Order: sequence, then structure tokens, then C-alpha cells
Amino acid sequence: MSRKLAHVDRVGIEERAAQLGARSIKTTAKQQGIRLAVSMLDLTTLEGADTAGKVRQLCAKAVCPAPTIPEIPSVAAICVYPSMVAVAREALAGTGVATASVATGFPAGQVSLDAKLRDTEDAVAAGADEIDMVISREAFLAGDDLRVMREIARIKEACGDAHLKVILETAELGSYDHVRHASMLAMDAGADFIKTSTGKASAGATPGVCLVMLEAIRDHVDRTDRIVGFKAAGGVSTSKAALHRLVLVKETLGDEWLTPERLRIGASSVLNDLLMQYAKTETGRYGRSEDFSRE
Amino acid sequence: MSVEPRASIVWDYAPAPEATDHLRLADRYGLFIGGQFCEPAEARYVPTINPATEEPIAEIAWAGPRDVERAIEVARDAQPRWAALPDRERGKYLFRIARLIQERARELAVVETLDGGKPLRESRDVDIPLAAAHFFHYAGWADKLRYGVVAREVAPLGVVGQIVPWNFPLLMAAWKLAPALACGNTAILKPAETTPLTALLLAEICQEAELPDGVVSILPGDGTAGAALVRSPGLDKIAFTGSTAVGREIQTELAGRGVGLTLELGGKSANIVFEDAAVDQAVEGIVNGIFFNQGHVCCAGSRLLIQESVLDEVIAKLWARMGRLRVGDPLDKNTDVGAINSAEQLERIETLVAAGEQEGAVRRSIACSLPEHGYWFAPTLFTDVSPAHRIAVEEIFGPVVSVLSFRTQAEAIEKANNSKYGLAAGIWTDKGAKAFEVANALRAGVVWQNTYNHFDPTAAFGGYKESGFGREGGPAGLRPYLRVVR
Repeated sequence: MSRKLAHVDRVGIEERAAQLGARSIKTTAKQQGIRLAVSMLDLTTLEGADTAGKVRQLCAKAVCPAPTIPEIPSVAAICVYPSMVAVAREALAGTGVATASVATGFPAGQVSLDAKLRDTEDAVAAGADEIDMVISREAFLAGDDLRVMREIARIKEACGDAHLKVILETAELGSYDHVRHASMLAMDAGADFIKTSTGKASAGATPGVCLVMLEAIRDHVDRTDRIVGFKAAGGVSTSKAALHRLVLVKETLGDEWLTPERLRIGASSVLNDLLMQYAKTETGRYGRSEDFSRE
Repeated sequence: MSVEPRASIVWDYAPAPEATDHLRLADRYGLFIGGQFCEPAEARYVPTINPATEEPIAEIAWAGPRDVERAIEVARDAQPRWAALPDRERGKYLFRIARLIQERARELAVVETLDGGKPLRESRDVDIPLAAAHFFHYAGWADKLRYGVVAREVAPLGVVGQIVPWNFPLLMAAWKLAPALACGNTAILKPAETTPLTALLLAEICQEAELPDGVVSILPGDGTAGAALVRSPGLDKIAFTGSTAVGREIQTELAGRGVGLTLELGGKSANIVFEDAAVDQAVEGIVNGIFFNQGHVCCAGSRLLIQESVLDEVIAKLWARMGRLRVGDPLDKNTDVGAINSAEQLERIETLVAAGEQEGAVRRSIACSLPEHGYWFAPTLFTDVSPAHRIAVEEIFGPVVSVLSFRTQAEAIEKANNSKYGLAAGIWTDKGAKAFEVANALRAGVVWQNTYNHFDPTAAFGGYKESGFGREGGPAGLRPYLRVVR
């Protein structure tokens, strides 16, 4: 199967993405946007040093990010390595916050398909509601689209009822044409969400990459009527960046996508910035970082 | 287990109007002659209004023939001293004006938006920065003039009259004044009757920059002042940007008088989308090409030529994208499309759009709530347009795009060139060779590839055919203000 790429103009897409970054989000729109962004967070810890204690603390934060500001909602999910799924699952039982697990040899994905399947099955068995897999960049860059799609389809099977987010790791794909193409492959292979990055590469959910993927989703939905969600992960570390991603979604896919069922932001440090910015809209001054808990 | 769907929140941007309390506008402005604001010879003050509210902003003196004569005398008197300054000194004044425009950028942007109806996003990000950039660019040329005109000895023309339109009031003033002054000419600028304010603020900037008296005069007014300028025997050159009809009158008037002339007139520019284009960016370029500044752009991509194989896809995407345009209060920082500049212009747009419907083209205008007062026109798309329809031939100068289709590259070129105008064109393709081939075949002064409505002071701008002659911008923009001595 020879590959046919749809063109994305780098200058044009980056201009449009930057233009949407200049939208002015103030007063009530800022408050509402911040609450929305919090409700879409996949609060993430993916470190070799993760322990049960650390994960439990993060879960408590996920359920109630700001005890002093009751209108701040819970986040959408906690995102951990498979070994921490059981801990998170227990800590989050009955809270409405989902447990997501990375799998498939995250972050490089350089293991056999069997190992990827086993990794996924383990996470699902431990109670993961959502699986964040990585595509095989090795297969993609070698031009083997079929293998990329087959892997995704097999992992999707292994997920059972769990939702599948497919990470493209866009920084390693090399061009916007590739980002668009990989988005299409992932959606055709059955992804419930497509996700920008692992957070472990040199760049993450840049505005340009987000816009390319959102346009791909829009075109996929137009063609197939199947809803696919979007997750921006990596590099979204400020409220301004988070609101910028919401604007990109609103003006590309529309208001129907502004719900945690269809849009997620994967991050950790952004949460406290969102809380500080929210407090600022109420008090009129910037707080101190000590005002909110660090996990 | 049934999952209760979360109630979806409709998240919209709160109103974000730019503040106006920092403005220091006077209630009344006189004429700017000889470095001073002064009363017109015949007291005639006309209010300039905000087209988004129809409320008056300030009273503006309108110049008559006697004022024009006085300004020409003052400019004639000042010209030898201005031209005799060391070139670098002239450059310094221009640098100073450029910096002052930057310093007062916020104020100028707000006033431009109030007076003309364009979205603040554009006046802030395009008009004012580009106006400063033009002064910076030509400030740099002031001491390098002979290298701008193939190493010949050059001299200024003398006193030039400059008439600018209402669509980019300050920017067009900068396009005209900066090269004229750099070359050692003195200038009399007539801003458009509906948008005189930023030109008058530029007069204040000339005072602040301590520009020698008489080097720049600014005479607001209507066609009477423009006609007096053109008929006066005291000028060495006229530079005009505006409609083709007025341009033709000016050329007739000047025939055989040895007065230099450059004209930048109307357009019906073709924006050509090939099947191998990056579709979403092409759609963005179409939107920027025709809805930028409500389509009040002489080089607007108002004739959209789409290859038939992608016609339906591009139109569907364009229509969806148009639905996201935010039309309304020009001062709101999130507004994409502002107010139509004047009642007169609105009427012209309405007339041509009605003609389009009568001739059988299919009209779609986006659903948007338009303010009760002021002049507004919803962004509009015409499909099933034939090349003979008025909306495919005449300049509408509004937020209205007419779509025509083509089958082959040769047909695209033929259709694009099939116009009495020749100002600009856009080409959307991922193939570099095709882009250059088509660009070379187009009779248009500006050809954009995979972008549209991008302006830069280093690039020459101007037209073919009924779009006028002469170039502005870059070294080519010096030539119309210089005489080659030897």
C-alpha cells in the first residue's frame, strides 16, 4: 500500500494557530474556561520514582483540587503507569474520576506486539478505564502504515470496554503532513481519542500540532460520523496555554467538543497554575504558589 | 451501568472591548498647514462618525481651494531646504516619526477602529505596525537613493499631492508620505472624508518629531479638496489610491501638463485554489483574502477560482469556517469582521449583492446578529457564479466572495486574467513549479503563493490595466518620487 499524504502548509497552520492564541479570554470567560480546563485534566505522574504514596496523594488532589474553592470541579482522570493502576483505582473508587494507564511499552513503544498486548491486558485487568497507547513510530517512519494500524486495532481489542487514546508522539514524526496522516491512521484503526505526545519527547502539544490533529478529527467525523476525542499532552504548563487549546478546539470542532468525554489535557504542573489564575479572577491579585498543595 | 452525560457547558468569550479612556482626541480639528493646525479659509466643519454606532467622534475642518493653494505655497517654500538637508538628516526625521507611531500605537489603533469600523485586531496587529514599518524602511533609504535607482544621480520631484482612501487610512498615508519625504519632496496629503482622524494624529506626530514646517501638510476634505489639488498648477506630482472612476478623471485632468502621476485603483483579484493545495490553509487564506477589513481591500481575493475536482470540498469547508467568524463591535478584541465603513459603501454592496441574486447566482450569508445601529453586512458567499455576472466582474469592496470553477491550469490562468483589473492574485498549490509557472502567466502586480493579503514595506505593490500604474513599497517605491538627473 503506497502512502498518499494530504498536505498541510506549515506557515499557514502555525499562523492560524497563533492567531487563535490571541483571543482575549477575560472575566467570566476566563473563570468558566479554567473550570472547564480543570474538568478535562488527565492529572499525570509517569516517573520511575512513582510510589503508591505519591499516587494516592495525586488522587486526592484529582478529586478535590482546591478545597478552598468549592466550584472547582474534579479532574477527568488520573494517568499512571500500569503498575500503579490498582492503587489509583482504589483511591478513586466512587469519586467519578477515571483511572487511565499508559501502556504498550510507553514511551518508546520499542517492544514486541505481544509485550504491548500483555502490557495493555495487565492495565485493564487492574481496573484501568482508559488506556493511553503509543503508536509504533518505527513502523510509521519506515512507511509501514498497515502495521501501525494493525497494532492499534489489536490493542483496541485488548482494551475491551476501556477507552483507547492513541499517542502519536508528534515531535518524532517530523512534519505536519505526517501528523495529519498518523491521525487519520489512528482514527481509522479505532482510536477513541488521539493524543499528541508522551510528554517525554522534545516537544509536545504545540498549537500547530493541536490544530492539525483537530482538523483531522473534524474531517474524520465528517466522513464517518464516528466521534473521536482529542488529548493535548506535553508542554501545556500554564493557564494561558490551556485556554489557548480550548480556543483551538472551540473554533475548529465547535462547542460540542468542550466536554471531558471528547477533550482532555494531559499535564501535572498546569493544575496549580489554573488554580492560581482562578483565585486571581476572584481576589484581583496573584496568589503565592504556597497557596495550593503540591503533590 | 449507565453513565449520566455531563451537561455540556457552552463556553463563549466574554466581551473584551479595548478601552477608549486613554484617548486624547480634540472635539475639533483644523487643517494642518506649515506645521500648525489652522482654521480653513471658509469655515466648514463636518463631523466624522463612528460607522459602528453612527455617533460623531469629532468635528473636522474641510479644506477648500484657497486652503489647497496656501498649503502648496508653504510646501513649495519649504521644499528646497528639506531637499538640501544632508540625506541622513532627512532619514533621522523619518526614523523619529516611525518611533512615535510605535509609541502611540495603541492610541492610533483605537482611533483607526473608531473612525473606520475595522476590527481592533487588525488595526492593532496590521495597520499600525505596518505604518511604522514603512517609515522605518524609507528612513533607511533616505541616504541611499542613488542605489535605489540603478546607481544614477537623482533629485526629488518637488511638491507632491497625495490622495488616500478610507480603507487603511494611516497605512496609506505612510505608504505615500514615507517615500516622498525620503526622496526630498514636500507633500500635501488629503485623507479620505470618512476617515481623517489618524492622519490628523500623524500631523501631531510630525510636530512632535519637529519635522520642519511645511514639509507635510494634511488637508481633510471631500472630492472638492482633491479636485483642487489635482487642478492646481503648483504641483509636480499626484499620487492617488482609490476608485478607478476617480483615477480616470485625475489622469484626464493631468494629461499634457507634465505632472507626474501614480494610480493605485480597484481590483477584482483572483484567488486560485488548485486540487493539490493544502485545503485547510487555503480555506484560511480565502477567508483572510476576502473578509480581512470587511473586504474593503483593493487587492481582496474577491474572485475565488476553485479547481472543479475539489470544488464541493472547499466550499463546504469555507462555509463551515465562515460560520465561525465573529461579526460585531470592532473595538472587541475578539471581533473578526467589523462595520462597513459608510452608509454609501453599504448601499453599494447591497446593490451588487442584489444584482448577483437577480442574475441567478446562489447567495449564502452567515447567520449572525448584527448591531442595531451602524453599517453592517454579513459575510456572504456566492456560488454558481458565471464569469459574465456583475458580481464576478465588478469590484464589490465588501465581505462578499464569488466562486467560479476551472478544470485545468490553462483555464485557471485564462479566467484569472479575464478581468479589466490586474492588481493581485493568490495561488494555492503544494507544487512549487506550478506556482511559479502560474505566477509568471498572471497579469497581476502582486501574486501571493499559499498566503494572501500579506504586506511588507520591502515588497513592491501596484497594478496592471485598470488597477493603475506605479509601484509603492521597496526600492521600486522610490522611483515615482525621483527624477533621474544623469
